[in-house]
Amino acid sequence: MAQALESDPEVEMILGMGTREPSVSLERTEFVRADQTYSILSRIVRATQVDTIVHTFLVVDSTRVSGRALHEINVIGSMNLLAAAGQSGSPVRQVVVKSSTLVYGSASTDPMWFREEMSRTSPARTRVERSLLEVEGLVRDFAEDNPATVVTVLRFANVLGTDIVTPISANLSRSLCPSVAGYDPLVQFVEEDDVVRCLEHVTRHRIPGLYNVAGAGRLPWSEVAEMCGTRLLPFPPLATQSMAAPMVRLGLVDFPPELGDLLRYGRGVDTSRLTKTGFNCRYTSAGTVDNFIRALRLRRSVGKPPASYTYEQDIEQFFRHSSAVVHVSGDA
Amino acid sequence: MTPMATARETAQGKPHAALVPLPRPDDETVVGERLSDVDEWGRSEHMRSLARKLYAPLYKYWFRVEWEGLEKIPKTGGALLVANHAGAIPSDAPVIMHGIEEELGRPVYGLADYFFREAPWVGTMWARVGGVPAHPDNACRILRDQGELVLVFPEGTKGPSKTYTDRYRLRRFGRGGFIEIAMRAGVPVIPIAVVGAEESMPILFRVPRLARALGVPYFPVTANMMAFGPLGLGLYFPTKFKLRVLDPVTFNVPAAQERYSKSRVMEEAETIRMHLQETLYEMLRERRSVWFG
Repeated sequence: MAQALESDPEVEMILGMGTREPSVSLERTEFVRADQTYSILSRIVRATQVDTIVHTFLVVDSTRVSGRALHEINVIGSMNLLAAAGQSGSPVRQVVVKSSTLVYGSASTDPMWFREEMSRTSPARTRVERSLLEVEGLVRDFAEDNPATVVTVLRFANVLGTDIVTPISANLSRSLCPSVAGYDPLVQFVEEDDVVRCLEHVTRHRIPGLYNVAGAGRLPWSEVAEMCGTRLLPFPPLATQSMAAPMVRLGLVDFPPELGDLLRYGRGVDTSRLTKTGFNCRYTSAGTVDNFIRALRLRRSVGKPPASYTYEQDIEQFFRHSSAVVHVSGDA
Repeated sequence: MTPMATARETAQGKPHAALVPLPRPDDETVVGERLSDVDEWGRSEHMRSLARKLYAPLYKYWFRVEWEGLEKIPKTGGALLVANHAGAIPSDAPVIMHGIEEELGRPVYGLADYFFREAPWVGTMWARVGGVPAHPDNACRILRDQGELVLVFPEGTKGPSKTYTDRYRLRRFGRGGFIEIAMRAGVPVIPIAVVGAEESMPILFRVPRLARALGVPYFPVTANMMAFGPLGLGLYFPTKFKLRVLDPVTFNVPAAQERYSKSRVMEEAETIRMHLQETLYEMLRERRSVWFG
């Protein structure tokens, strides 16, 4: 995301905040380390006078953090962020939130395609879903209290990509992949690159509103497993979490509670509202899985992928800033 | 432009990944090859044609299904097919879907209770052969966006749970939801009268306690169980099936509205119900024998 913003000449200053250093070398992005709840954000906003905040640290993967930490990061962290954006005299004019389609849940009574205005058909039972619902509530309140600020909430479907590691990607990388016996749900994915492109699109064009973001089409979980060359390990449909617990404990499969429902009924979201703003995902759901498995195969064969593009600082400086280089319109 | 941040970064450890150019927005969509033909509703034409091959003997020789008025179903475009529903484990849905798919070559999606989607194995099979959970948004999408045929039984579970004494007496058509779906999607409603399903698996009485315990809408005790024992749950009596397609009903209302007049919806539903009821009585008057028509 920072890299995408760097290529935009209209963006004057980019500041990244996180608990870990960025793993990519960035040119003009400053980085500040923050604690889990981003309590320092208020002071930073006042000091730097930023006009846009992109909130990307919502945790949607309960295998990475404990329940308490999940609540801290998601709810308290978002509260701090919105407080910083909404404080009196705040220069912030735009807030973009990276949310998840987890807020819709997965149940048998769901429509096949969720539109943004539709509500859940089943109560939220997992911690992740409850915290995400709370965060979206906070964002709604913020938008109401600050009508002059452009507030965008993007609900992303399950992300797959060359670099990102999620419970689903971890499962698909192993030789055994969990499933619930007797169910073959239709699932939908969005590609990592499309996530970044979408965030950049709404930030650059200052598009307010709530949008679903996902690749076109849905495909059965068995087909996803087949494409990735992994075998499905069916867990019993009753007491699934307890039956899967031994294998999860051993680290053989990743089976967080929110995956249990997804692997029964799947989830689909309608993205026509986003398409109307002029953004199209480049990868369909099947294309996302395809891209993921190709990158995985390469990684398995050659280890770290050979950089198809080697970053040499001085040469890069030349290409980007020298007046001798002719820039065709549309080039980065 | 602010100065670069490398000084700050080296204090914590060098970044290790290289910057790679982002894909350009005007590149074409990556579609990815599918390995199966399961569509977005879960239906697989491959599995459906296999199901038709297996069902064909039952259709032709056991039930000896006869259709009348199939030409009233349009060759292209969506239409909402409604029919009376009967049989403890309904035999009319597969018969109608098989008949239309064989004779007209058009796929039919059958709307059914969410209960099917919750069942393991059976639920997946049902989805693969064209079963779709009965959410109004699902129906509208199939009818309007894809222009396909959708089959729905307005009586719901009230139809099949009737006991033998109430046979061929149509239950209330819900709250007319199916009319609203058809209006919203802008497609006609085509009623189909089915004779023969009632007697194929007649219910003698129900056991509500067992139904609650098993989590099913009703637990029937059928004449088939009496005759065939445990096999009775799957074995139908060889009644003769006669199906008559009635004239399509259109509504002169604009499509895709937020809401439609409730009274108009209920009125239309009741009209169709009475028309279907009269047709059934007429067909029953003509029928000489349950087994041979």
